[in-house]
Amino acid sequence: MNTFSTKPEGDGIHTAALTASRVVPIFMAALLGIFIVGGVGFSRIEAVHNAAHDYRHSMSFPCH
Amino acid sequence: MDYFRNIVIVAAIAGALAGLAMTVAQQLTTVPMIVKAEVYEEQGDATATAHEHGAETAAHDHDHGEGWAPADGAERTFFTFAANMVTGVGFALLLVAVSELFGGIANWRQGVFWGLAGFVVFTLAPGLGLPPELPAMPAAELGARQAWWLGTVLATAIALGLLFYSRSLVAVLAAIALLVAPHVIGAPQPVSYESPIPEGLHHSFVVAVVMTALLFWVLLGGLAGFFRERFIHAA
Repeated sequence: MNTFSTKPEGDGIHTAALTASRVVPIFMAALLGIFIVGGVGFSRIEAVHNAAHDYRHSMSFPCH
Repeated sequence: MDYFRNIVIVAAIAGALAGLAMTVAQQLTTVPMIVKAEVYEEQGDATATAHEHGAETAAHDHDHGEGWAPADGAERTFFTFAANMVTGVGFALLLVAVSELFGGIANWRQGVFWGLAGFVVFTLAPGLGLPPELPAMPAAELGARQAWWLGTVLATAIALGLLFYSRSLVAVLAAIALLVAPHVIGAPQPVSYESPIPEGLHHSFVVAVVMTALLFWVLLGGLAGFFRERFIHAA
């Protein structure tokens, strides 16, 4: 399964690549993703709920 | 900021394309079943006024009558399409961000495996305890289900990370414990499973939801890997 990381732990490849200049943008992107998915999948605002109704059922989010 | 911009570009393209494909798949499979279930729901509402229904009525009480809702037909399809695109980009941002933490998706083939991981985390694991539900199906209180859903997604994601990226036996055992724990705790279940929805319809719906989600995640991962090669060179 060399499609996944085959680097042994502690060889410094990942840690070296994970500098602050990379970690900050990564977390910003992740937060944006959480905000979007959470907003559509979990919103209790009725207009949002109704607009995304079929989506939520189709993606098996807990709906109502 | 170039790195952030490139993550967003990759996620936007992959998410939009996967969302578009899922819209087509949903319109062909899941949405017609939701519409069919709403017929049963309306019939159920009509009889519910005549019968005393007890505690579970509140749980699956729909407020479709109040507030704005898209009109059936083109408008409804458009909003489902929009929700697919927007959340497609949202899921893509999460997938790309997490994969970047682990060195990034190298190519589309590796992306397919990342997509499968997303499918396990967001569809398979929470779906075991809370199977895809149609309108009018009984369910436990919404807040409790959302909390269980979130906890299961988090636990499963951490478990997969431990399984793939850790070499210690303790971490693997912890991963297995994290995979199993949400299902030992158990998802919040309705007081009664009685439902106006025919079992056959629900079964077909579960299969359709799981298959459209699988299509979405495999496409999302593959596309993210494909476009990452072109836009992100930071690694």
